[in-house]
Amino acid sequence: MENKHKSARERFIHYFSDESNRRKLAPYISILFGLLAGLILMLLIGQDPIKGYINILNGSIFKGLFEGNFRRLGGTLAIATVLTFTGLSVAFAFKTGLFNIGVGGQMLFGGFIVVLLGNVLTLPKPVHLLVIVLAAAIGGALWALVPGILKARYRISEVVTTIMMNYVAMWTVSYFVRRWIPGHYETESSMIKESASLKFELLTDLFSGSAINLSIILAGLVVVFIWYILEKTTFGYELKAVGFNPDASKYAGMKVNRNILYSMIISGAIAGLAGASYYAGYTNHVKLGVVPNFGFDGIAVALLGLNSPFGVVLSALLFGVLRTGGEYLNAMTSIPKELVDIIVGLIIYFAAATLLIQFMLTKLIKKMKKNDEKHIEEKVVE
Amino acid sequence: MDYVIEMLNITKDFPGIRANDNVTLQVKKGEIHALLGENGAGKSTLMSILFGLYQPDSGVIKIKGQEVKITDPNVANEYKIGMVHQHFKLVHNFSVTENIILGLEPKKTFGRVDITYAAKKVQDLSNKYSLKVNPYDLIHDISVGMQQRVEILKMLYRDAEILIFDEPTAVLTPQEIDELMEIMRNFVNEGKSIIIITHKLKEIKKVADRCTVLRKGKYIDTVDVKNTSEEELARLMVGRDVIFKVDKAPFKPGKMVLEINNLKRTDKVNLSKSLDVEHLELREGEILGLAGIEGNGQTEFIQVLTGLKELESGEILFLGQDISNLSIREKSALGIAHIPEDRHKHGLILDFTLEDNIALQEYYKSPFSNNGILDRGYMKQYAKDIIKRFDVRSGKGELTLTRSMSGGNQQKAIVGREVARNPKLLIAVQPTRGLDVGAIEFIHSELIKARDEGRAVLLVSLELDELLNLSDQIAVMYEGKIVGSLSSEDADENKIGLLMSGGNNVGK
Ligand SMILES: Nc1ncnc2c1ncn2[C@@H]1O[C@H](COP(=O)(O)OP(=O)(O)OP(=O)(O)O)[C@@H](O)[C@H]1O
Ligand SMILES: [Mg+2]
Repeated sequence: MENKHKSARERFIHYFSDESNRRKLAPYISILFGLLAGLILMLLIGQDPIKGYINILNGSIFKGLFEGNFRRLGGTLAIATVLTFTGLSVAFAFKTGLFNIGVGGQMLFGGFIVVLLGNVLTLPKPVHLLVIVLAAAIGGALWALVPGILKARYRISEVVTTIMMNYVAMWTVSYFVRRWIPGHYETESSMIKESASLKFELLTDLFSGSAINLSIILAGLVVVFIWYILEKTTFGYELKAVGFNPDASKYAGMKVNRNILYSMIISGAIAGLAGASYYAGYTNHVKLGVVPNFGFDGIAVALLGLNSPFGVVLSALLFGVLRTGGEYLNAMTSIPKELVDIIVGLIIYFAAATLLIQFMLTKLIKKMKKNDEKHIEEKVVE
Repeated sequence: MDYVIEMLNITKDFPGIRANDNVTLQVKKGEIHALLGENGAGKSTLMSILFGLYQPDSGVIKIKGQEVKITDPNVANEYKIGMVHQHFKLVHNFSVTENIILGLEPKKTFGRVDITYAAKKVQDLSNKYSLKVNPYDLIHDISVGMQQRVEILKMLYRDAEILIFDEPTAVLTPQEIDELMEIMRNFVNEGKSIIIITHKLKEIKKVADRCTVLRKGKYIDTVDVKNTSEEELARLMVGRDVIFKVDKAPFKPGKMVLEINNLKRTDKVNLSKSLDVEHLELREGEILGLAGIEGNGQTEFIQVLTGLKELESGEILFLGQDISNLSIREKSALGIAHIPEDRHKHGLILDFTLEDNIALQEYYKSPFSNNGILDRGYMKQYAKDIIKRFDVRSGKGELTLTRSMSGGNQQKAIVGREVARNPKLLIAVQPTRGLDVGAIEFIHSELIKARDEGRAVLLVSLELDELLNLSDQIAVMYEGKIVGSLSSEDADENKIGLLMSGGNNVGK
């Protein structure tokens, strides 16, 4: 067949005959379905969906943008940064055969260390920042260490142990914050010092005083770094091999248990960085008695991003838009906040169903091929 | 002539490859129909289509003259089609009966599963065809041969009339193979029809009535087995003459490569798998065959030797150096290569590409990587070379996920990876399991070449022919002990067979 004269339809069929292409497209379709479901939902409760979505976009990006006010965009980017870290943490674990659902706890503990050191240390800003960022990574890694050891040594499922560690983190943090760094309110820690804040004047000014902060640069670096590790280094090769098939990895002379531990620690360290990004860049203190939602959102971010580091960035941006836009939507219209959560939830749901969507694509292609055959047969008959 | 099964003009595409290209297969009632073809010729794919696992892109399936659509395995069940897959699908901590009734459980009051009734039915079926299966045994306690019979019972329990066997003999001992042939004959005498995939021409000659040959996805011919010789079958399948006998240079042993003294290991679960190897030696330029009935400690012996399992006591000398305490990586770096018995468990990372799998033993050192950074360019080129040299066929070359490759081509990739390392000692466990005759010929010549170049080869095989053809020396293992050792001139099937069954000690 000559390539040039292929119709769009033929090209469509050809493209999607390849499973890897179907896989690549599935997330976009997931998003579309999620948005569609949200649209129907808004119609059902008698709201104007067009207005609804415009409000979401306005609230997250465009409001004031053209008057030179980048506040909204900055806020969205700040949230997307945190989600990039948690999404990357989950994705990295996935890629190396682990299901880390304790990212929330690891983030909280990393964040707690950040707030603690941000309170008690007095250092010049650059040094202080370096210290808290490192401490965040170590704190997160430490929190992942226990599930890591249990998995590596005793093959205890990390699904159970990581989620349990979430609650341990929540109460541990509550206890020590009250003892060491209590805040104005019963439910908060005290604020970190200016020198420990990731807010950076130039950036804050550029984005009209929004929450965007230095961690966005850190996120970019970490994403590239993790991608590089996974794809280009022997270390990443081993981590993935052990994740897929521990027996074959052992056969090939790899240290299986050590690699499992490394995976868990690195995933935890990235989660800890999410803590720095959020608690030293966004809130500047810790709230007590809650595990941050970013952990579970991270799972959805990773799924939608197909567990690829760069995919995670894109899907974190989308989730950032939905989260911040959702709040604005809630404020501007009578659409309840819960609905926004439901829409976001639906997208997550469809993201988790990417497999289903791949399957549907497969069916569709088959049907189209069948039809084509029929046409050809009919033509032959004529 | 009326056919029970007709697959007419079946075409099936996978990305980058046409697995079946206008293939036709017609099976008569009450016959054993063999399906023959090189690795990757599309046999498993064709059978998966018949069993409803894949849908054909075009073509028609007829059962007893009626056109049917087999959309999934349940539909296949309704048409009384059953299949024993190349890799079994059993739940290991379930009993035989529980596995057999899965999805079809007979119920008592309140929806309780009637195990006693089911077990009795299983027992009856087992007796009827002398399968000797105990309905209450747990799957992980029984041998691979028995597991296969459970798969067979699964089909019988569902009243299957058309039985598909995908390479059933690859995992069986010679005696089990004979028994399976007998069982198959009983089935056809009852009017059931059988399609069997096998690479062993002898078996086809022995048991099949007719044989359909595929080559590179295309239909070649269907022949009467009675009037067709093994050589003709091989030629049809490969498209050229196949030489069955291998030529090798005279035996010129060199330095001692491997010497094992008083190697011991107790297996607490299964005593017959405990090891007690007093002495074994292997020199440069020698192929040492290790014979034995499956389950007599060969697997454990090799795993202890390579480091996959720990040894209790004893000495393993490699070129004079005691390596019994070295790690797997250290042994491999010294020049020991290992073609493992279980290609899915140990040999491959199925979710890696072919390129990554071919680098599995050497990724950590130059030129595959430098200072921990992979040299992707080199890895790709190296994979391409191996693929070419060992004729590994797949849809997307080095970028193919190994999971999607045919069993035989997965095996060729592993053999290629290990042989190409030019090891000083090559441990090859069932290196030709699941390979077609053309590929076997090639692998055998590679093993001989390694030997003639002065390498030492330890060949473990369940196939006496293979051992007798290739080895310079044959050691026989029985219940974890070396019970005899014969030079290739002295050895014959009878002597070895006797030793294998624990008969008496001859040789040294
Ligand atoms: N699910 C799949 N996705 C992509 N390609 C596939 C898939 N299954 C099979 N193939 C390709 O189709 C071809 C035929 O494979 P098949 O398993 O039918 O071969 P086979 O004749 O059974 O070979 P063998 O004797 O080695 O088992 C192979 O080249 C294989 O790579
Ligand atoms: Mg096959």
